[in-house]
Amino acid sequence: MSNFKLTYKQFGERSILVEWPSKIDEKTLKDIILFKEKFENSTLKELIEVKLAYNSMLVSYHTAIDNIYDKILELKSIYSSKNKVINSIYKLWKIPVCYDAKFALDLGDISIKKGISKQDIIAIHSKAIYTVFFIGFLPGFLYLGGLNEAINFPRKPTPRMQIEKGAVAIAGNQTGVYPCKSPGGWNIIGNSPINFFDIAKNPPCFAKPGDKIQFYPITKKKHSDITTLVDAGVFQLESEVIRG
Amino acid sequence: MVKVINAGFYSTIQDLGRFGFQKYGVPVSGTMDNYSARIANALLGNKENEAVLEITMSGPILKFCSDTAICIAGADFSPKLNNNPIMLNHAICVKENDVLSFGNPKYGFRCYLAVSGGFQTEIIMNSRSMYKEVSTGFTLVENDELSILEHSVSIEKKNASIRIDSNHFATKKLEVFKGPEFDLLTKNQQQQLLSEEFRVSKDNNRMAYQLAETLKNTLKPIITSLVLPGTVQLTPSGKLMVLMRDCQTTGGYPRVLQLSESAINILAQKFTGNTIHFKMID
Repeated sequence: MSNFKLTYKQFGERSILVEWPSKIDEKTLKDIILFKEKFENSTLKELIEVKLAYNSMLVSYHTAIDNIYDKILELKSIYSSKNKVINSIYKLWKIPVCYDAKFALDLGDISIKKGISKQDIIAIHSKAIYTVFFIGFLPGFLYLGGLNEAINFPRKPTPRMQIEKGAVAIAGNQTGVYPCKSPGGWNIIGNSPINFFDIAKNPPCFAKPGDKIQFYPITKKKHSDITTLVDAGVFQLESEVIRG
Repeated sequence: MVKVINAGFYSTIQDLGRFGFQKYGVPVSGTMDNYSARIANALLGNKENEAVLEITMSGPILKFCSDTAICIAGADFSPKLNNNPIMLNHAICVKENDVLSFGNPKYGFRCYLAVSGGFQTEIIMNSRSMYKEVSTGFTLVENDELSILEHSVSIEKKNASIRIDSNHFATKKLEVFKGPEFDLLTKNQQQQLLSEEFRVSKDNNRMAYQLAETLKNTLKPIITSLVLPGTVQLTPSGKLMVLMRDCQTTGGYPRVLQLSESAINILAQKFTGNTIHFKMID
């Protein structure tokens, strides 16, 4: 199962960076998640915090690392340990997006430069099922894989000073949703009325690495209705359980 | 309660940080100079993680609405109680209606005000540290009212004081470890990074300190990976960015160095134009 060649590097006083080969793919993601889950079942669970990215995992201890070699051996033995039965549940989340010109500031530009109609871009964007790789950049910003190559579009040469909360955007082969107002250089093609980060909830993000996301188009009216429900804390996001 | 008469340039409530939420993209935050914040708390007998007020460059004016004890540590901004100068690094009793203000900055860039028992402001995700996307307010503003413990403060003579390490403010030396991409730099680049002096540019804040001098760079961006406070990133244009306490959790620039915890504290007291150099720890 675990047949990746991993590298282990000390990173600062308290952390070890574990790296997989430089590649963004689902096989790597599955292996990283498996390693993370082995931690969560190990006795070290209380001692550390584990964070993920595309091809890396950061293991941070509460105190400075004394003997890096011992710690690395410990990590290696967890990585190679036999796969326990892990019952994490993964979900496919259905995310409403309004692709109306009111929000889709760059959709026209992409359509012209790509020679694809706006309707087709929307269809391609909302047909795909995206994989959540990790959360970073901003609180609640999901790094998603799976954008159709046909709508791959480079980030803007000059970033916007402010992008609205909920903006759905494309940059290169990535797509994502801005969970809050932020400066940013991605191309905006729509807006989702959903909260991707909610301090009142524990955990504050509904999605986790390994989950899937699918967008579905809604009208301006529906966007406004859902916003009202979200603000009132009564909107129910649709989801279905998938196999991990 | 402490009433904010004037908020100063940039004053925030901070404890030692918001841990356990980085996997949701939430920065650690916390006091920029933990060393000084710990001193302020320790001299009052507070727990080390009690929330303090981090004051940047130009101090606020604060009115105490109950008796308490305070301690100011870190940068020297000439603190005054009812217009009379008071000592840094010294526990001081204050009475209801006393007014704390600040004068000219003498050294350092951030000072810390601790109150007996710590500031009792809102806790979000296990921390009182202010951060824009998480806390209700992200800096102090005029007329804010900061809760403090109004009871059980022993106002018997507090004489606790400490002589601080003046090197904390004077030194240019920042101790560093190799960053994950350090070995990808050429020998020349490595040498330049570790032998030259760099100045703090005007782009310095709680998220990052950008350095004025650049390093010729041929490294490509990396696949987005994890970063920490104290990570030194090298941008495609050769700029060096030292990430600080409010930094993002992930980034795509090569991570060439990692500051030690004490180096982060030292850098937090530097400001535009100050020089630093990096010293590798073996």
